[in-house]
Amino acid sequence: MTVHSFQEHFDSLIDRELTIEPRDWMPDDYRKTLIRQISQHAHSEIVGMLPEGNWITRAPSLRRKAVLLAKVQDEAGHGLYLYSAAETLGVTRDELYDQLHTGKAKYSSIFNYPTLTWADMGAIGWLVDGAAIMNQVPLCRTSYGPYARAMVRVCKEESFHQRQGFEIMLTLSKGTEVQKKMAQDALNRWWWPSLMMFGPPDAESPHTEQSVRWRIKRLTNDELRQKFIDVTIEQAKILGLTIPDKDLVWNDEKGHYDSGPINWDEFWNVVKGNGPCNKQRLETRKKAWEDGKWVRDAAMANAEKRKAKQEAAKAA
Amino acid sequence: MSNTNKSEWPLWEVFIRSKAGLDHKHAGSLHAADEQMAIENARDVYTRRMEGVSIWVVESRFIHASDPGEAESLYDPANDKIYRHPTFYNLPDEVKYM
Repeated sequence: MTVHSFQEHFDSLIDRELTIEPRDWMPDDYRKTLIRQISQHAHSEIVGMLPEGNWITRAPSLRRKAVLLAKVQDEAGHGLYLYSAAETLGVTRDELYDQLHTGKAKYSSIFNYPTLTWADMGAIGWLVDGAAIMNQVPLCRTSYGPYARAMVRVCKEESFHQRQGFEIMLTLSKGTEVQKKMAQDALNRWWWPSLMMFGPPDAESPHTEQSVRWRIKRLTNDELRQKFIDVTIEQAKILGLTIPDKDLVWNDEKGHYDSGPINWDEFWNVVKGNGPCNKQRLETRKKAWEDGKWVRDAAMANAEKRKAKQEAAKAA
Repeated sequence: MSNTNKSEWPLWEVFIRSKAGLDHKHAGSLHAADEQMAIENARDVYTRRMEGVSIWVVESRFIHASDPGEAESLYDPANDKIYRHPTFYNLPDEVKYM
């Protein structure tokens, strides 16, 4: 088969909504883009454990603590599904960690914000996981098999994440004045960064067209962002909380909510590394990796010792 | 700071039987130092919601896969043997349970 017909075969799989699997021929750019997107998704899950891990020891009840632990554990699992998917494309786990630790690879900028109160746990579950779900559901039909299958697993587990967050917000917003204020304050701080999770506006997103063509991206940034706004406004009404955007107004003609301008300077600044927690997040990850080296080495040494013993026993 | 490849834990493929009576299905991969750790890690990563009654782990290097590029020639012998399909056979309508 010539290179030309490999490309044609690949294109016809994409056009017919069929799945590309690890041993199929694929264009170099497709492979590179997927490695970048899947691994950055994986890094986001792992780094995303940190802002919520911060509150595990201070959860207000045993039930809240157990639930938060389970959620953070899930995020670890999601990261692992995604690293596993990325590795099918010919990159090693060590390489991926190195890219994260040296800043070559990015992770979702939302995790560079601090979790200042317990209500942040509610806001994150409700808004951040909500935005993630909106992004991940269409990805269950993405063209690359291992990525799509990982997304199916993730989506099944993600819905409890959002519900626990909303339940926290509900309890606080129906509680004392202090609790209500805390919930509103968390909403005020997490609303705009959550909208930024969908990425820059379509007009400023150069990769979108190619990603849509390859079915790596099924809906555009602005489309997903609009869906999220429409859905979440109704949820905020149930909480009796106010979304911190005075320009929110229902547009009958469009069938959507019009919304105020996003501060894209803040977005780019945080992406570039100048957010409140960028440095801290990366240092925590590097420390965990370095501090864990002796465990990795000991486990390998132990495995080799056992293997040697077994082989000696067989030979005897 | 980053380890050499020699100390990276080997890669394992994980297969899970979710319910008695079903086949083991490929769930994904993970890194572990040995088979015992691989099974425990598989339990932690792939069965947090009791999705497994049985776990198989195999080092990825021991999986052998057919080449999709050769699918045409690999499966060609089966292509024209339509007599393997039940619809190839015409039976009178009166014949029941067949």
